Amino acid sequence: MKTLVCFFTSSVGRKFLMAASGGLLFLFVVAHLLGNLQIFLPPEAINNYARYLQNHPELLWPVRAGLLVLLGVHVWAAVTLTLENRAARPVQYWGRPAPYGASFASRTMMVSGVAVGAFVLYHLLHYTVVVEGLSGTKISLRALKAQHDVYAMMVAGFRVWYVSLLYVVGVGALCWHLAHGLGAMFQSLGLKNRIYGPWLDRLARAVAALIFLGYASIPAAILAGHGRAHLQQVIERIETAPERGTPPAVRTPH
Amino acid sequence: MKVTLKVWRQKDAQSPGRFVTYVTPELNPNMSFLEMLDVVNEDLIRRGEEPIAFDHDCREGICGTCSLVINGKPHGPHRGVTTCQTYLRSFKDGDTIVVEPFRARAFPVIRDLIVDRSALDRIMWAGGFISVRTGSAPEANSLPVPKDVAERAMDAAQCIGCGACVAACKNASAMLFVAAKISHLGLLPQGQPERWRRARAMIEQMDREGFGACTVTGSCEAVCPKGISLEFIARMNRDYAVALLKGDSPVRAAAAL
Ligand code: HEM
Ligand code: SF4
Ligand code: FES
Repeated sequence: MKTLVCFFTSSVGRKFLMAASGGLLFLFVVAHLLGNLQIFLPPEAINNYARYLQNHPELLWPVRAGLLVLLGVHVWAAVTLTLENRAARPVQYWGRPAPYGASFASRTMMVSGVAVGAFVLYHLLHYTVVVEGLSGTKISLRALKAQHDVYAMMVAGFRVWYVSLLYVVGVGALCWHLAHGLGAMFQSLGLKNRIYGPWLDRLARAVAALIFLGYASIPAAILAGHGRAHLQQVIERIETAPERGTPPAVRTPH
Repeated sequence: MKVTLKVWRQKDAQSPGRFVTYVTPELNPNMSFLEMLDVVNEDLIRRGEEPIAFDHDCREGICGTCSLVINGKPHGPHRGVTTCQTYLRSFKDGDTIVVEPFRARAFPVIRDLIVDRSALDRIMWAGGFISVRTGSAPEANSLPVPKDVAERAMDAAQCIGCGACVAACKNASAMLFVAAKISHLGLLPQGQPERWRRARAMIEQMDREGFGACTVTGSCEAVCPKGISLEFIARMNRDYAVALLKGDSPVRAAAAL
């Protein structure tokens, strides 16, 4: 027992936790991307998928709780290790030269990590909790979500150019984090050697770039007009024949 | 040629230090960096000033005693060499060269450019050895070691314990050094009995000494005069995980005999 505590107390042990939690979060990031890319299918696809998740809280909540725990472990390990790392060099070198031989992404994991954290927080408030004041549009995302029309909700949300820009920057930060993080993860877990190690690092950067392109394609396509017709139809339907209990589709500013 | 040195001067661990600028006497471009410091010191002594204290011993790149961060890089501008193997022809006449001690909480300054690296020795005492009865040397072929394994062990054994990896790392992490020592012994048959205990004991001593953790930036490998590979850190991490899962206690291997 005392031995396993070392995973939480030693430097190498916490690197294991950080790598394992980061790796599992990465798997979620991939799954979430695949789910979201259904936006390029007819609206029923992603709406049925979303309805399925919303109707199965016994599936949804354990996954959400698990993700929260993973993020908690990851951030805790990152913060404690970063503080110890800073304390290990109390006096800096003259002119603070960039550490020799270290890539930019590897030196800025805390910066990209905090950017990812801030983006995740905004994303949850925007599309999961649905705080209307954060969406920058008069169309009620809450009304569209209540209709189980996630497709229309995404289209309405991303038609606001600065929200789309924020998302592209957010997934850009994630890509920057993963470009170093995925390779480092194999190193921390001890799953690297000189034969396939360099290829893992290249693969990590390629995967990070693919994740970025995948996520960024959604706001980009919507700004270019994807899904506009569907959104228009849905708004008209809600306005002309509102179902009982649905809020109005267009919010009146007060 | 002549250069301008901007050197860290510090009386002892307690006193604050500061940079002092010196214009060197006429130098020969084929002098090593340490010979240049000798010339500067002779000049300082002649002028009745305190010479610059710096570490050195073999002056041929094998002992790991020389240190110095030269223009922001441990062991000077080149890869794969120590400060004693760095020559003035790598600099230009009239250059200003910044010379600092290795910086880490675990390496307190003793004086000027000399730091106390005994933290690395204490990590070695914790497990960087094998426990065998001494006596006459055994017959060389009684313990066969495959050539590729012997070569990898020798790659790790190249580490001269200079601490440049710590000095370069933005986290002042000693993991490249510790990984080299753990792998050197852990790859060879003689190192197997204590392999897991050794990994635990050395890593936990490393943490106690106040070194930082690895963030895989690769600075250590880039400055290591002996080209120790990051690969060994992955191997060390693996050994540590196995050690924890096996539950071997990190008691000193010596005490277990
Ligand atoms: C979706 C969210 C995230 C994913 C998928 C992710 C993924 C990863 C991965 C795979 C690693 C490599 C682990 C290792 O070095 O062994 C890592 C490292 C790291 N992460 Fe994250 N991360 C996420 C969020 C965050 C957040 C919110 C923070 C900030 C508090 C953060 C801070 C760090 C830091 C400081 C490192 C250490 C870098 C290093 O040791 O090289 N991460 N992350
Ligand atoms: S790993 Fe390289 S830089 Fe570090 S102590 Fe050994 S020889 Fe010096
Ligand atoms: S003095 Fe021995 S390695 Fe430089």
